Amino acid sequence: MSETPHEKVARLGRLRREGGVLHDYRAPRWDEPFIMEQGLPGERGVLVPLAEDDVTAAVGEAADYIPEGMRRGAAPDLPEMSQYQVLRHYLRYSQMTLGMDLGSDISEGTCTMKYSPKMHEELIRGHKSADVHPWQDEETMQGLLEIVYETGQYLKSISGMDAFTLQPGGGSHAVFTNACVMRRYFEAKGELDQRDEMITTIFSHPCDAATPMVAGFKVITVMPDENGYPDLEAFQAAVSEKTVGCMITNPEDTGIYNPQIDKYVEVLHDAGALAFTDQANANGILGYARARDAGFDACHFNLHKTFSSPHGCEGPATGAYLCTDELARYLPVPMVTRVGDAYHLDYDRPESIGRVRGFLGTWMGVIRAYAWIRNLGPEGLKEVAEISVLNNNYLDNLLMAVKGVSRPYAEGHRRLDQVRYSLEQLKEDTGVGTEALRDRMVDFGIQSFWMSHHPWVVPEPFTPEPCETYSKDDLDEWAAVIKKGSDEAYADAQFVLDSPHAQPIDQLRRIEAMEDPKEWAFTWRAYKKKILRRT
Amino acid sequence: MADKPFIHPYIPNSVPATKQAMLDELGLSSVEEIYAEIPDRLRCKVPLDIPPAILAERDLRRHVQGLLDKNASCVDYLNFCGAGCWQHHVPSIVDEVINRAEFVSAYCGGDYSDLGKYLARFEFNSMLGELLDFDGVANPIYDWGDVAGRSFRMARRITGRDKVLVPSHMSPMRLMEARTLCQPEAMAGSTKIRFYEWDRETGMVDLDDLRGRLDDSFAAVYWESPGYLGTIEAHGAEIVKIAHEHGALAIAGVDPITLGVLAPPGALGADIACGDIQGLGMHMHAGGGCSGFIAFKDDDPVFAQECPLELYTVMETATPGQYAVAEALAERTSYGARDQGKDWVGTASGLWTIAAAVYMAVMGPQGLKELGETCIARSHYAAKLLGEIPGVQIRLSPSYFMEFVVEFDGTGKTVAEINKKLLGHQIFGGKDLSAEFPELGQSALYCVTEYYDQADIETLAAAVKVVTA
Ligand SMILES: Cc1ncc(COP(=O)(O)O)c(C=O)c1O
Repeated sequence: MSETPHEKVARLGRLRREGGVLHDYRAPRWDEPFIMEQGLPGERGVLVPLAEDDVTAAVGEAADYIPEGMRRGAAPDLPEMSQYQVLRHYLRYSQMTLGMDLGSDISEGTCTMKYSPKMHEELIRGHKSADVHPWQDEETMQGLLEIVYETGQYLKSISGMDAFTLQPGGGSHAVFTNACVMRRYFEAKGELDQRDEMITTIFSHPCDAATPMVAGFKVITVMPDENGYPDLEAFQAAVSEKTVGCMITNPEDTGIYNPQIDKYVEVLHDAGALAFTDQANANGILGYARARDAGFDACHFNLHKTFSSPHGCEGPATGAYLCTDELARYLPVPMVTRVGDAYHLDYDRPESIGRVRGFLGTWMGVIRAYAWIRNLGPEGLKEVAEISVLNNNYLDNLLMAVKGVSRPYAEGHRRLDQVRYSLEQLKEDTGVGTEALRDRMVDFGIQSFWMSHHPWVVPEPFTPEPCETYSKDDLDEWAAVIKKGSDEAYADAQFVLDSPHAQPIDQLRRIEAMEDPKEWAFTWRAYKKKILRRT
Repeated sequence: MADKPFIHPYIPNSVPATKQAMLDELGLSSVEEIYAEIPDRLRCKVPLDIPPAILAERDLRRHVQGLLDKNASCVDYLNFCGAGCWQHHVPSIVDEVINRAEFVSAYCGGDYSDLGKYLARFEFNSMLGELLDFDGVANPIYDWGDVAGRSFRMARRITGRDKVLVPSHMSPMRLMEARTLCQPEAMAGSTKIRFYEWDRETGMVDLDDLRGRLDDSFAAVYWESPGYLGTIEAHGAEIVKIAHEHGALAIAGVDPITLGVLAPPGALGADIACGDIQGLGMHMHAGGGCSGFIAFKDDDPVFAQECPLELYTVMETATPGQYAVAEALAERTSYGARDQGKDWVGTASGLWTIAAAVYMAVMGPQGLKELGETCIARSHYAAKLLGEIPGVQIRLSPSYFMEFVVEFDGTGKTVAEINKKLLGHQIFGGKDLSAEFPELGQSALYCVTEYYDQADIETLAAAVKVVTA
């Protein structure tokens, strides 16, 4: 065999593109009853320690310490189930969950579904991490504090900022932190009654609009110009003496890097306002572009996207918030500081916004991010960016060859880490839109793609993000699945509209439950009362 | 390293031949041509100030574990501190389930492909609903302080009133978080937090003071049970009644692990409950194990409509008898309506809800009842032993679940001094309350759960005796 590696990848790629090597996948289908319907009275799942005889002799009956009227009447209607049966039940549920480790999560664009190294999981599961109490004397948490402090230094370097907090419990939470920091900045300047408008763009994440609203600001949303960039004129027109600042992404969800971003920042600064950039997903720019260099006053990163912490069925997560020295005094307490060789929790910060989260934060994510950054080093981080950008453009090349797929905006410009595509043509030609294709692709063992946040500005959108984790083979396969779906749509649209075909359940019904108070049931007890009783 | 190609196990396409093949296919000579999208003036010109890579997994493991080993954990030491994050036993089955790769690595996949995740989430909501005696349970997020603030805002939206009344011995940390969410008072949309008093003898709320302060301008009355200082609030039902007399909502802050033995907020007539699920199967993770829930009666759709967090409803499918789970009222969240939504939602604490589901399922009604009885018995035993030490006094009502206030004034030592010395005995003492509640003197909030047995408690008492002597 004299096939070179180069030839081998080319051959496999050809095969994939011809649709020859898709997985003949069947999702596990366990038909598993709800746990509330399982088990029999008297079964036990785990035994708990009982008070010792001496203890009981000394203090008497536990119930006597509960005030009259505060004793529980009817026992809670929880399952009574032996341990193995509980384990089996949840393992079946895990099998019916196509996590990133199983399915190719190129699909979930804007989410940067990268590989979360298993070794990091061992680190956080050990008692030196998992069984640390947040109020422990800082002297007994020096290892954790060092990891947090050093991670903060790395993130400062990556963003160009001066100060950090790792308290927020997710990306949106870090974005909220920004809204609060800006609020405090203008409160301190006595300008809060004058400034009450925050500017964002429609292609920035919804939290860039929602969190300033929660912080008390009016939100102005700038729409894209014909090239997909936030309309600079509209942006300028939105800025006034009432402006608090902006909260925007770059590249936005479209993957288009805004080359004028510093001009937008300048407009804000000229009006005395502040500029924040949401870098939840910084995978394409690591080591290539820094928020500070474009003039921003603050930014954030999601440690569960760019920095490899896993998503855990939507959390727990960590948001890293970074800012300039000017804003640092407003950061939440406690701050992690270093004096000499010792690390401290600094609560003595009178100008702080207070807290956004209890205790210290969700530092599991920080430990993983620390390990990941140390593993890659400065060159490795740039390689991550470079390969994700290369992967994205390679995939783009394949997807743009699929009938019915288009890529709105900025013709002639390459995207960085992700692309927002449109299936408008496919829908027009076949009636198969993005939702139907999304429900079809899972039949190949590939996670359903992220379409778009609301509102859909791009019609029939989908947004893949093939970060550095994915091999060329993975990219070929992903594109082949989209091509397969398109081919099927043109050949037999109804088949695609009836999707999925290889999943644990059939198409959803009782859609009215999503909106109608008489139909929704947020718990099993509600379902039993409202729906089962009726039939 | 500079002249060797960087081939990383997490980056398959870092292999030069692959990279080249891909570039060839794109007709590019290097990735630089793509980065031309970033103008030169915005390009990072300095090398990242990050130490060189520790490439081999073995070396990295050694390095990071070496840092973590500088910590003393609550396995190394005996821990008698709770105060918002509690050390309970985590059954191994919980960790086994939530460490499954599928769950650890899943995110926001669709109704079909991530079905198991949604079913587990619905079961969590359902079981927590049983504990709380509520039909509506929303998808938890961040932690108790966060959901307390969100509950206040929710009450404001429901009633159209902009003040909430909270007990002045509410957890100071949770209060700080809630304040951040409630906005500075000068802002038009702010929710104003006002206080009612607590009885310094018992630790319960002062009902007379509550009656005196409440009027028809309040959106809600909030109380906590067990309160931050450990007391089981005896007057829950009366608080509800007083709130309702003024058209205000009653919001209960609860630790659900107590509900195997304590009356649930639903039975007390509360409109909304919030609290933390950390006790239900989460390791402490230095506070990262926390996760806040919001629940409500769901007798009036306005509670669901104004609920700030995601809601999931059970669905059916084309096959009779087959269930699915889908998001309900998605339009009211920030994902549905951006700044027109009720609040914001984001990556929350999904894995913890699965842990709590497994925990509630294995504990069952009997497990939670026994756990409650053990916590009460052992904490009272600890209080008894500590109270016998010269100069040490137990404060407040004996109605507590697992946390109680220990005053050291008579020892002439500060809590800080005592806790430092206890470290020498490999013991974490109680949370120092002297700054938060100066009226309690040199007091600490001790916590004894089912995790620690009689011998551990006796070790604690002996050590406290030594360090206070
Ligand atoms: C650009 C951007 N900003 C913010 C967020 C919010 O982060 P999180 O989901 O952790 O709240 C996300 C991810 O959903 C994102 O993609």
